Amino acid sequence: MDFALDIISWILLAAGGAFVLVGGIGALRMPNLYTRMHAASVTDTMGAVLVMAGVMLQAGLTLATFKLAAILLFLLITSPTASYALASAAMLAGIKPDAGQAADLEQDS
Amino acid sequence: MTVLFGVFLLTLLVITAVAIVRTKNLFVAVMLLGIFSLLIAANFFILDAADVALTEAAVGAGISTVLFLGALALTSEYERHATPHRWLSVVVVLSAALVILYATFDKPAFGDPNAPVHQHVAPWYLEKTPEYIDIPNVVTAVLGSFRGYDTLGEVFVVFTAGIGVLFLLSAPRSGKERPRPARPELVAIGLREDLIPRVVGRLLVPFILLFGLYVQFHGEYGPGGGFQAGALVAAAFILYALVEGEGRTLQALPQKALTALMIIGALLYGAVGLAGIVLGSEFLDYSVLSADPVSGQQLGIILIEAGVGMAVTGVLLSIFHAFAARDEI
Repeated sequence: MDFALDIISWILLAAGGAFVLVGGIGALRMPNLYTRMHAASVTDTMGAVLVMAGVMLQAGLTLATFKLAAILLFLLITSPTASYALASAAMLAGIKPDAGQAADLEQDS
Repeated sequence: MTVLFGVFLLTLLVITAVAIVRTKNLFVAVMLLGIFSLLIAANFFILDAADVALTEAAVGAGISTVLFLGALALTSEYERHATPHRWLSVVVVLSAALVILYATFDKPAFGDPNAPVHQHVAPWYLEKTPEYIDIPNVVTAVLGSFRGYDTLGEVFVVFTAGIGVLFLLSAPRSGKERPRPARPELVAIGLREDLIPRVVGRLLVPFILLFGLYVQFHGEYGPGGGFQAGALVAAAFILYALVEGEGRTLQALPQKALTALMIIGALLYGAVGLAGIVLGSEFLDYSVLSADPVSGQQLGIILIEAGVGMAVTGVLLSIFHAFAARDEI
């Protein structure tokens, strides 16, 4: 039983790590701000959920699991809000969401 | 494994530090400083220094980023051109770095049980804490009781820093009346028109306050204490100021109350110390505060941690409001 839990937990952790890696590559390679944010949001959602689930399985039914669940809930509420605030600030600053646009803000300035 | 993580984090730390020095954009530098603090907090944590990690994450990555941004709003976003004497400074920095590197060869190996730091007073603290104070978190016992003088000094350093910033920033410029914000209507509404951050921010504020109180009163049993709790409570009010505007936050917790918190917090710490003298022992000896010396120690630590928390909250929020109230230096 413990062995099975360990395997599931490691699969979850590895999958979470893979999502974080994909998000990181996307944030570097995507052409403009909005597509980069889109790529990076994977780390906040799938990455965080999978890694937290894997760590929770490692912790078992202890106080640590409940703390991890609280942290996960906090992340799931705050990260989309932060993404929204960032995108909204970018819109106010006048960056157009154009998928074909090659240059982004950093290269302009 | 710890060494591997440590080396990885320290490498990232060096890369971040070089990036901070190289960037000309101060906004980017502030964001990188936040990352730097978070990395060093992670490093503290894998070295089992959870209390320090919590402080660094709350103050370094959280509050000081906000304060830096407040300072940045008063100045320009870009660094001025570097001074021409670059070679001289490179030589000075390199020679200092070489001296420090040379000195590290004399240091004991990482985790060496025979290192002087593990031979001096640390074993005594670990051994005597259950007997004298009887709380699980030895860090709090050392900080609050055994080394109470040091913590008293820290609180007064924070207090003095707060007073100094208030003097510098709340002075009116050249006899004119207090400067008004450039666009008062924007400052007044804050993000109130932006529905999603506002709803989520208001949802989170009570939980952050609750967590701050937990960290404050759980400091004897787990990582935490007055410094961390003060930073968390201040963070909750800063979040409220960001989503609801400066004015409403000052209505909820006026500047007079913040100044009072600063003063009462610092005085509470000193008063607990003096109570030791009055009750017939020495300054900052809490054993005499209660009939039982052990519960007297615990009472003293709770009281001085409360003082620390109040002083830190008051100082951090006062500095934040002082920055937010100005539109230029």
